[in-house]
Amino acid sequence: MCARAGSLGDGRPMPRLSVREMSFAAIIVVALAAALPFFVSDYVLGVLTPGFYIAVFAMAWDLLFGFANEVNFGPTFLIGLGAYAAGIIDNRLGWAIWLCVAAGTAAAVAGGLVLALPALRVRGPYFGLTTLVAVLILSNLIVVFADLTGGEIGLTVPDVISIDAHANYWIALGFMSASGAILFALSRSPMGLILQASGQDAVQAGALGFNVTKHKLAAFTISAFFSGLAGALYVFYLGAASVGTLVDVTVGVQVIIAAVLGGRRTILGAALGAIFLIGATEALRPLGELATLVVSAVALLIVLFFPNGLIALIARVGGRA
Amino acid sequence: MTARAGRTIVEVRGLTKRFGGLVAVNDVSFDIRAGEILGLIGPNGSGKSTTMRLIMGVERPSAGTIRIEGEDVAGWAAHRIARRGVGLVFQHSRPLHRQTVIENIKLALLPDSLLQLVADPQVEARARLIADRVGLAGVAERSPNTLPFADLRKLELAKAIARDPRVVLIDEPFAGLARTETAAFSELIRGFRAEGRAVLLVDHNVKSVAALVDRVIAMYLGERVAEGTAEEVMRDPTVRRVYLGGAIETAARPESAFADATSLLQVKDISVFYGKAQALEGVSLHVHEGEFVSVVGLNGAGKTTLFNAISGLVPYAGEILWGGEALRGRSPANIARSGLVQCPETRELFGDMTVRENLDLGGHHLGQGEIADRLAWLFELFPILRDRQRQTAVTLSGGEQQMLAIARALMTRPKLLILDEPTLGLAPVVLEQLSKALERLRRTTSITILLGEQNVTFALPHADRVYVLEHARIVWEGEPARFAAEAGTGYL
Repeated sequence: MCARAGSLGDGRPMPRLSVREMSFAAIIVVALAAALPFFVSDYVLGVLTPGFYIAVFAMAWDLLFGFANEVNFGPTFLIGLGAYAAGIIDNRLGWAIWLCVAAGTAAAVAGGLVLALPALRVRGPYFGLTTLVAVLILSNLIVVFADLTGGEIGLTVPDVISIDAHANYWIALGFMSASGAILFALSRSPMGLILQASGQDAVQAGALGFNVTKHKLAAFTISAFFSGLAGALYVFYLGAASVGTLVDVTVGVQVIIAAVLGGRRTILGAALGAIFLIGATEALRPLGELATLVVSAVALLIVLFFPNGLIALIARVGGRA
Repeated sequence: MTARAGRTIVEVRGLTKRFGGLVAVNDVSFDIRAGEILGLIGPNGSGKSTTMRLIMGVERPSAGTIRIEGEDVAGWAAHRIARRGVGLVFQHSRPLHRQTVIENIKLALLPDSLLQLVADPQVEARARLIADRVGLAGVAERSPNTLPFADLRKLELAKAIARDPRVVLIDEPFAGLARTETAAFSELIRGFRAEGRAVLLVDHNVKSVAALVDRVIAMYLGERVAEGTAEEVMRDPTVRRVYLGGAIETAARPESAFADATSLLQVKDISVFYGKAQALEGVSLHVHEGEFVSVVGLNGAGKTTLFNAISGLVPYAGEILWGGEALRGRSPANIARSGLVQCPETRELFGDMTVRENLDLGGHHLGQGEIADRLAWLFELFPILRDRQRQTAVTLSGGEQQMLAIARALMTRPKLLILDEPTLGLAPVVLEQLSKALERLRRTTSITILLGEQNVTFALPHADRVYVLEHARIVWEGEPARFAAEAGTGYL
């Protein structure tokens, strides 16, 4: 009777942690992470720093998938827009970094709106397909306009935020913590509740007086804002932008795996999943080509046997202890 | 009772809805007044649910006006109509399972705002009051998926109350509820009337809402066919013809005419549960070899569940014997290969394949010569399919698709053919053709048929024996000629 959006991995109910428990755990984790630079090598920091940016990508994605129930197969469309817009402006116009970052974020939000307005009109799998096509178009455009974007070779960004590993680490950690706090608070606010209702049963949400399109569009805009901002900051950490690291579909798939692995509809779980994924890949690097395979296999097993993700797994172990 | 009712709140005029070529609602007009409960009844496909969805704005009308307190809201989006004071209590509840009951009620109390990041403190207090009123106070902190079915329905009511609607639309208010729960639910609905709200109850028959309604409108095939008090509508000749089949000729053969010592199919005391809702309760029936048995029941009575249990598609308690052997533990494919074939209500055709390919698939285990013979016979039975051989199944009309579904089932050479609601969504003229085909099938072959129908006009003429299924139980068994007199009132 109702038009239902597909629900992926909507498995058994998980033991839901209260806001207080989640916030408490998050603060402890962040505090430990902040102390890390005093104990570990720059190499470890160099692994974790990109992990924190990818964590923001994954959290922004979870707001759409976990709450609005819209599968965005193209998170890298938003990330790439933010990163390339910021990078190109820096390269061509030489604006101050914070202005470049603001412009990149604005570009992602604008591009996201252009994509979402028509895409949210279609139901079911078509939203996801539209977002996937958007990524392909963006990577093609980057290659076609090579003199502006650097094409397949990549774009060199003259400025970086800092060359100090510690400074970069703390900036990334601070950015991830602030983004996580905002996204988590939004997800547990009345707006998050309405968004969940809209995602689960649009007909009923409409009958309760909620403008479903408006709420989903808002979620998409917020997701685009954080994806674009993270993408722009990431570019000034990397000092370069390339399709392979920022836009390619495989990058998007990694973001999606991170979010699902960490625990759908938890926001904070997505960050956990991203850091786990990056950390595990790095730890297994001695295995060479096998590393990606092993990490993928582990991710698959977790998704299959613990559909509520790492965060539910931790909650269960914690509850038993 | 109508005298109490106040000013007109809902004014529907000339409401029409077309889905492609199908006219689901045709020029329907009615009013609902403040403090009035109006029943909107009709069999499957009558357009009653579509009418309700049009008022809510879930579907857009093709023509007509819907005035809520004077303002025409036809064609508005649902959320705007909801804000004008219309609420809908859905039949199937899909609450947020990660939230508690009280949080689900709070959701309905929230304004449609993007900027509200902290809920108004009054929301909590109001949610508690509403939970108390519908009898959910004791389970307020529980997750909806731990609640019994009746409490989930109460949660839907609570959400509707939270919006403080002037118009409450309720879809099949008592579906799936036990008798005691029905009483509590009725009391809540009477409460709406006492508060001066306009209430529309949508249901299959008058009987289920008779105790509650001030007035009833009956629909059939998209049109309004009767209006009046519950008693008047039950006496209405058109309504009686629609529900009871009017004067029909039956060609029943007495049960003693079937010589088999043990019946071909015996269903013994079976029960089926879907989660918490009981779909079948101690159902027993038997079908003799060569017999035509109809199971008559409204939507949701349990017909499809019964057939799915026989076909091995749902687990059940009790026993089903096929040719004297228990069917339990055999796979659906194995059961079908043994000659017990179901033609499901959903038809399950391969839409992108041609008519011929669909038929060939049905006969894939037969030899070449046999396929040709079988096809020739089927084309005689359903001549239209011969002309349509090269067309893909999706391009067929509803009636032709149904004929193809039956023909494909017959290709498998079944001993017993189960037909589940073949008339669903078909126009009267198509019913006639289908009815003639069934008659030919019955006269020219020795096939055994078990037919499930809510359309009595269609189910009775061919039947040798009839069972009436109501709320998961068999409530009557007998010859078709005695149906109207003995089982009719329960069916209206």
